[in-house]
Amino acid sequence: MSKKGTAGNQGPEIRSDCYVAFDLKSSGGREIILTSKVDALYKKSIQDLAHQILDFFNIKDAKLEIIDRGALTFVLAARIESAINECLETGEEFWLDMLPENQYQTEKDRIRRSRLYLPGNTPRLMLNAGVHQPDGIILDLEDSVAPDKKNQARLVVRNALRQVNFYGAERMVRINQIPMGLEDLTFIVPHHVNLILLPKCESADQVQAVDRKITDILSDSGKDYPIYIMPIIESALGVIQSFEIASSSERVAALAIGLEDYTADLGAPRTKEGRETFFARSQVVNAARAAGIQAIDSVFSDVGDMDGLREVVLESKSLGFDGMGCIHPRQIKVIHESFQPTEAEITRAEKIVRAFDEATLKGLGVVSLGSKMIDPPVVKRAQKMIDLAVKSGQMPDNWKELGTDPDQ
Amino acid sequence: MATKFVKNAVGRMIPEKINGKTVIPFQGVHKYKTTGRRYAPPLPSSADYPEDGNKLVVDLKTALKKAGLKNGMTISTHHHFRNGDLVANQIFKIASEMGIKDLVWFPSASFPCHEPIIDYLKDGTVHHIEGSMNGPLGRFASLGNMKGTGVLRSHGGRYQAVQDGEVVIDIAVIAAPTADPFGNANGLSGDSACGLLGFALADSQYAHQVIVVTDNLIPFPCIPWQIQGNYVDHVVEMDQIGIPEKIISGTTRITKSPDRLYIAELTAKFCDAAGIIQEGFSFQAGAGGTSLAIGNYFGEIMREKGIKARFARGGSNQYLVDMLEDGLIDYILDGQTFDLAGVRSMRENPNHVNTSPFTSYNYHGKGNFAGLVDVVILGATEVDLNFNANVVTHSDGYLLHGIGGWQNCLFSKTVILPIPLFRDRIPIIRDEVTTICGPGELIDVVVTERGIAINPRRKDLLKKTKNSNLSILTIEQLKEEAEKICGKPETVEFGDRVIAAINWVDGTVIDVVRQVIE
Repeated sequence: MSKKGTAGNQGPEIRSDCYVAFDLKSSGGREIILTSKVDALYKKSIQDLAHQILDFFNIKDAKLEIIDRGALTFVLAARIESAINECLETGEEFWLDMLPENQYQTEKDRIRRSRLYLPGNTPRLMLNAGVHQPDGIILDLEDSVAPDKKNQARLVVRNALRQVNFYGAERMVRINQIPMGLEDLTFIVPHHVNLILLPKCESADQVQAVDRKITDILSDSGKDYPIYIMPIIESALGVIQSFEIASSSERVAALAIGLEDYTADLGAPRTKEGRETFFARSQVVNAARAAGIQAIDSVFSDVGDMDGLREVVLESKSLGFDGMGCIHPRQIKVIHESFQPTEAEITRAEKIVRAFDEATLKGLGVVSLGSKMIDPPVVKRAQKMIDLAVKSGQMPDNWKELGTDPDQ
Repeated sequence: MATKFVKNAVGRMIPEKINGKTVIPFQGVHKYKTTGRRYAPPLPSSADYPEDGNKLVVDLKTALKKAGLKNGMTISTHHHFRNGDLVANQIFKIASEMGIKDLVWFPSASFPCHEPIIDYLKDGTVHHIEGSMNGPLGRFASLGNMKGTGVLRSHGGRYQAVQDGEVVIDIAVIAAPTADPFGNANGLSGDSACGLLGFALADSQYAHQVIVVTDNLIPFPCIPWQIQGNYVDHVVEMDQIGIPEKIISGTTRITKSPDRLYIAELTAKFCDAAGIIQEGFSFQAGAGGTSLAIGNYFGEIMREKGIKARFARGGSNQYLVDMLEDGLIDYILDGQTFDLAGVRSMRENPNHVNTSPFTSYNYHGKGNFAGLVDVVILGATEVDLNFNANVVTHSDGYLLHGIGGWQNCLFSKTVILPIPLFRDRIPIIRDEVTTICGPGELIDVVVTERGIAINPRRKDLLKKTKNSNLSILTIEQLKEEAEKICGKPETVEFGDRVIAAINWVDGTVIDVVRQVIE
């Protein structure tokens, strides 16, 4: 009897990844054949890991070939497990330690200017993603992963959630469309994911199915932390249903739009001016605001055109969006700069927040600025704008203590 | 007979003899000084040279014969053609055909295009190489296949070795993009234009015999004469001496890697926060993609502040030339030219000046330009907890880079190494580096994508950047972070055989490279 399974990638251009061929046998013991770019420094550690995983799955007779191109432990482990899964229905998962610094939670209305897409089966791009300080990173299981690599990607993403430090970025995963996406959740939810992106969403039912599954997995695994949902509207029907989707669950923190699929559905070519998507974008912003959540714009796909990106972000901001997707780390800075509040916006926000503080101190129920009354939502928005300005480095976080600018 | 080893000032064990010559172990920065006089080549007489000044001989073989090529000689070449050099391989092919043995090749650097020299190392034509070895040659030497022991020197160290008489060049072969029959030569025009010929300067002045080889012979006078014909014995005309597109090598474009750009931007921000970027400052950035990006970020900061630099040193290229032409820099003091924009600028712009290891790097000079530079950006393969750095070997022990001007540049006022915290899985910050090329006391700052470590000796830099929003960590913290991500590296076992010596700028040996066990 001999069963074979493979996983991973090989070739001279492959970096920080590996290729694993697993051959399950009925006798003859274990044979581990390792070829590694880093074997001078990590030979023993890779072999130990391989034995540990084989022990875990109780495999005594097998040949395991690893062609390593400098993969980190979380990648090696995912690839080995994937190759084994091809041969064996173990019903078990090999979990590496969860980094304590990865167990953070995020707020429902936290700043979400940028979210960086990372293809789920390309670990190399995950390693330094957090260094570029996006507000969120998206480990993608959907479009960037080939259909026959979905199982492998799930394990890479799961292991990345446990072992890759994204330095405070909101940890998001884009699952596949429902129903496949519901299966993805099993590999994602127990690992301190902060937010699930639900692609090609067209109904409140889909969101609720995801919501229920999240709740079930959390309670089965005895965990309790907030996991938000960001449905992505990518079709004409989705645009029409956007308010129902936005208000379908307490977990929905933001509504995003994906314009590539939407324009395909519309049958109109996507242009730089974007007139063809104006309605949909406005509709998504409107639906999100009506449901009291954030609206997030699509991605800008020309990674070399920073000026073009800046224009698009400024328009996006002017339409009412709170953030955008990025497909390259270089886009993050431009997006953050463009979403940051203007001087005039900051000045006004500061006045409002100071007026609110003063009213609270005096025990007044009504906040007023000059002769104008200020409604609570305006105060809230001003406070968020100040938070953004502080985060963008436009004002110090102790601005209140520094007193008012004499020019005001 | 067992070789005796002694411990040098950075704690490395150095053999007493290398290639049969007594070795002086590294004694500390500025601790070792030779006395006596500069080496001098034999005194020539103009009476022995053609009255009409025509030193042309029919081909390279004839020139080598006339120069007296024989067993055991030292032959030098320069590396201004980088990976497009067509001359060095021909020299040793001729020597091999003539049955010559045990030559020493003394290039200012070698490149992957010199792979054919392996055949001449195998057949005994070449005994060993005193110069950088990388690519296939590095692998060959690292595995212990070279008969003699390699000696790696910095560009300045090469000048020092020649002036000390530590290396006596029997024949210098100088490939020249343009030359006249008298031997005057420059790198400014011709199909193989490479800008300048500074690395061949010492060779022209100190070699016993000097051969100029060109594929662009012009009537006397060749102006300007970067190499003076008065030092030259023979001139050879050839169809082609270099491959132009390879002379302009691929390392000279700004990186597109977001991670490297991030490190570059961080480095520029650090320099800004440390108060280095100010009116009249000077900098040197290397040829690597990250260094080029740093130059660009310097430019952005200078534009924003409305200031300019007095001079930039180093390899020139389009980016630096743009800065010169935009008025951001008063002068480029150029050591090697990396692209055609650099060549054109040097030819046309009087503020773009050629330099040599003599002006910039030589230990026996009465001062060096390198020390006048405010900030220099260098690469490294590894840095240890004492800031000692390695630039010649990989963590697995293979030779992969030459020293170049790296050691010489350590004497600049602030030395910054912008490097990723790990490459693939290999952490860059180590308990001990595989090979020490530069002592930590000269290395000030390590900039990684995950934090910046400042040498505790530089209290001024620590103080200036304390209140910046930069992530300043200790070198130990950086090492911990790298090992947390990559895992703790295992100890690498090397063979006993010493395959190369790493010389310090003063001619002492700072470390040796041992044979790699496959």
